[in-house]
Amino acid sequence: MASPMHLAPRLPAWAAALLAACALLCLALPAAAKEAAPAAADPALEARLVRITAELRCLVCQNQTIADSNADLATDLRGQVHARIAAGETDAQIRRYVTDRYGDFVLYKPPLTARTVALWVGPFAILLVALWIVLRVLRRRPRAAQAPPPPAAPDEGERLRRLLDEER
Amino acid sequence: MNIKILRFLVPLGIFLVLAGFLAAGLKLNPREVPSPLIGKAAPGFALARLDDAAQTVRREDMLGRVWMLNVWASWCAACRDEHPLLVEFARRKVVPVYGLNYKDARPDGLAWLARFGNPYEASLFDQDGRVGIDYGVYGVPETFIIDKQGVVRFKHIGPITREVLQSRIEPLLRELNG
Repeated sequence: MASPMHLAPRLPAWAAALLAACALLCLALPAAAKEAAPAAADPALEARLVRITAELRCLVCQNQTIADSNADLATDLRGQVHARIAAGETDAQIRRYVTDRYGDFVLYKPPLTARTVALWVGPFAILLVALWIVLRVLRRRPRAAQAPPPPAAPDEGERLRRLLDEER
Repeated sequence: MNIKILRFLVPLGIFLVLAGFLAAGLKLNPREVPSPLIGKAAPGFALARLDDAAQTVRREDMLGRVWMLNVWASWCAACRDEHPLLVEFARRKVVPVYGLNYKDARPDGLAWLARFGNPYEASLFDQDGRVGIDYGVYGVPETFIIDKQGVVRFKHIGPITREVLQSRIEPLLRELNG
């Protein structure tokens, strides 16, 4: 039977070799994957670890959570949280542990205290004020349009003509 | 008051309030996280000395003295900036200065002190950083002032500058000591 090679696209030999080499190299891609996750001793524990650390700010890279950050401090704190979950502490206790040392700033959800109530309520309060202003402005405009024009005085036509003539 | 003038003043007033908040906010440094430890008892520790693994220094050993705890590491570039100032400060013997060698290797830490000078009465070897976490350390160098009762009175994040030393640390030390 005739070889199907005549159907293959006309590539020069070096290009074909290069293509084959690249294709083979792709087999090595999994080697680039770093940080193999440690074998999950307990998926429920791991899930809780992720849930708790995802709500904690990494203070080194301040726009990342402790769950995401690769900073040393984040790694250490993940270890601490992991140990405390294993020791049976509650979520609240673990959060206390971190805020006792780093302050409330480490929580992504700031607690509702007398100091933070303005932070929590403020946006809604401003929104309500803005809505009130919008409603008042909207209510005023149609009324002005609907108001009938005041009745014309008898000599207004004459005055108007005179004014227009003056301007010219 | 004329209703028309009020209409101008209210948005202007709101703008001024917002501008005030912005002005205040721009002066803040978001990387500086205030420490919740100020005014509370310094967290306990029992660490080996960097220069002598057989000797342990405990928090209780420090009671009765005002002292300075400076968190440093041989891998920390910024620590080198403040180090000459610390060496000079320690020479004046105002207060004992103790170091917390944070997440370092013993030979590296000792070599660093040999090379750049040793202002510390002793450096505490906190290899895994647990004591650092207890003290809320997140960016080396950090410096604490702890009073005679073992209460944390002051924390400075970042290298100590002459300005901080003169305007904040020294007055505090005079107050705590005198």
